[in-house]
Amino acid sequence: MKTFKIGGVHPQENKLSASEPIRQAPLPQVAVFPLGQHIGAPAKPIVSKGDVVKVGQPIAEAGGYVSAPIHSSVSGTVLKIDTVIDASGYAKPAVFIQVEGDEWEESIDRSKQLVRLEEHPELTDKDIIAKIQNAGIVGLGGACFPTHVKLSPPPGNKIEWVIINAVECEPYLTADHRLMLEHTDEILVGTTLIMKAVGVTQGFIAIENNKPDAIRLMTEHARAYTGIEVVPLKVKYPQGGEKQLIDAVVGRQVPAPPALPASVGAIIQNVGTAYAVYQAVMKNKPLFERVVTVTGKSLAHPSNLMTRIGTPMNLLIDECGGLPEDTGKIIGGGPMMGKALVNTEVPVCKGSSGILIMTGTDARRAKPGPCIRCGKCVTACPMGLEPYLLADGAAREMWDLLEHNDITSCIECGSCQFTCPAHRPLLDYVRIGKSTVTGIIKSRS
Amino acid sequence: MDTIILAICVLGGAGLVLASVLYVVSRRFAVQEDPRLDTVNDLLPGANCGGCGFPGCSAMAAACVKAADKGSLEGLSCPVGGKAVMDQVAAALGLEAAAEDTTRIAVVRCNGSCENRPHVRIYDGAPTCRIAHATSMGATACAYGCLGCGDCVAKCQFGALTLNTETGLPEVDPGSCTACGACAKACPRNLIEIRSVTNELTGMVVKCRNKDKGILAKNECDVSCIGCRLCMKQCESNAITVEDNLAYIDAAACTLCGKCEQACPRKSIHKIGEWSTPQEAPVEENTTQETLTTKNNTQ
Repeated sequence: MKTFKIGGVHPQENKLSASEPIRQAPLPQVAVFPLGQHIGAPAKPIVSKGDVVKVGQPIAEAGGYVSAPIHSSVSGTVLKIDTVIDASGYAKPAVFIQVEGDEWEESIDRSKQLVRLEEHPELTDKDIIAKIQNAGIVGLGGACFPTHVKLSPPPGNKIEWVIINAVECEPYLTADHRLMLEHTDEILVGTTLIMKAVGVTQGFIAIENNKPDAIRLMTEHARAYTGIEVVPLKVKYPQGGEKQLIDAVVGRQVPAPPALPASVGAIIQNVGTAYAVYQAVMKNKPLFERVVTVTGKSLAHPSNLMTRIGTPMNLLIDECGGLPEDTGKIIGGGPMMGKALVNTEVPVCKGSSGILIMTGTDARRAKPGPCIRCGKCVTACPMGLEPYLLADGAAREMWDLLEHNDITSCIECGSCQFTCPAHRPLLDYVRIGKSTVTGIIKSRS
Repeated sequence: MDTIILAICVLGGAGLVLASVLYVVSRRFAVQEDPRLDTVNDLLPGANCGGCGFPGCSAMAAACVKAADKGSLEGLSCPVGGKAVMDQVAAALGLEAAAEDTTRIAVVRCNGSCENRPHVRIYDGAPTCRIAHATSMGATACAYGCLGCGDCVAKCQFGALTLNTETGLPEVDPGSCTACGACAKACPRNLIEIRSVTNELTGMVVKCRNKDKGILAKNECDVSCIGCRLCMKQCESNAITVEDNLAYIDAAACTLCGKCEQACPRKSIHKIGEWSTPQEAPVEENTTQETLTTKNNTQ
């Protein structure tokens, strides 16, 4: 079975909510929409205090080409445009909407009826990308890179394949898994739309083989679509990384940054993004809700919730049985790449794939010891870097050394820190080194 | 015997020829170095701290000599040596002594000690302020205050900063501080200001950088500035401005009357040096430049 060649680790899977069907999350009383939910320029608000908005109505326009508009996920009145404390604890601008009822924009098709690409032969690649852009779709795997930008690769790159990332290699998270089981055909139509948008005839859906039911279902349904192949992959973290996935599926290596995956002929989209693309193009439904996995070993009911963007996370935790007493840390995202939240009133954003509640004993980091030069981090690094060296260099501020050792190639997957027997905070140092070196390189040009 | 004489002659001859070649080359291609460079370099403290804005003392010396050719040392100052050293440099370069330089020291603008600003969560990442700031907001509720990992203390070459284990905050010894600015650069939250002080090494300062709105700031810390403007109204010399819910005292305009300190309902305005514990407050002794230099020498 296929997988990527260099490095990787095997964290415990802990997919507690894999058999929980997707439920609708409750509507909040006040929905909060941070303006910077994506990579690139923050969106600019186009509503003001007192305006009445409907579900699906745009409330902020894109702040540039690499940016995305934001749509209201609720109907109600705009309370204020103010700052909100984001997941990392710093204040960021946001639009606050008081929820009143649930009135949707008339243009949104709310029927369950599947619409296939063949029924709309008039759709051109430009139409699809424009619809994706207007619907505010960003990469839903967590990076939140605006999808229309990714689907318009710089000239000179010949795109050969679309790869749908349904790997979900993060432990605990099951949102993509459930989406594949419950919205199989929508995802496949979404894939055909993405393939049409970039003008390719071959698409892969890459699924790790810890989801055999999804592989079976997807393979069965994919027979009805030309050019789509389901690729089962061996379980290994971080297979969901773009470069690892390209290596695993088509066996090509993406060169060091600034090269894009497009330079080897592949476009990667998350499975959730494919679903959102289907909704946007075929059902006229902008991106205002997503599946969020709420999970944790001591949580009463780990669940997958279809959540409106802007819902405070504590509402979702209450929906799943409330915050357990032995909570040590609440993490936005998965345990490997997610970030600890400093308060639970943080709203769900476009990139929030999960909320993980870790018990006190699991959450505490072990006391770091000295490096014993075992080289485990080097073996685990999926980018072939030397994490012990990069971390040491970052601690000593040796930026030249870091640049020569390709710190900018780091994908911040955390495999090095996970595998370190001395529990050294390698990724903490590497991250700070990477951002500093990236800044130095940028300031040169 | 003949062999020995021959060897001496050959080697001696070769030595003479090569020596004369070297002599000619060294004369012909000699690099003319300004002798003043060495003189000035010897006068400078040799700390290579970069506080003057140049990469080290020799670069500063070159800048001094270059400036001297234009006739004035204006804009150049050595934070470590202070006016005394710059006067000597000016004299060595045949210039008149530079104008009176204001004394400056580093001031930590946060008073969020463990008591004033209790820890609300655990930060167990790498123990440096840079990383704590970049990855989370540290262990307290304030997103602007001191993270207490001591990046500034590690950067100080003069032993002027110590991390008070009781308060969790760095403290500046005004006597040892040379205002080189290394700590200010190291602080990811820009809490350390290189501030002009009086000859007694004191002045009034708002010990807070919290820009949150009053109600938030109040909840985050017991001694945060809430931007209420009471101090601004009390100030007779218009030294206080309030911007982004935060008061700032202009050191040049401040007359040290202390009315703002009394007016502050949050107790966030202090006189420099008076927040330290009594045994660590060397402010009273360091009244003159002389004691300052002696203190530096004993370090």
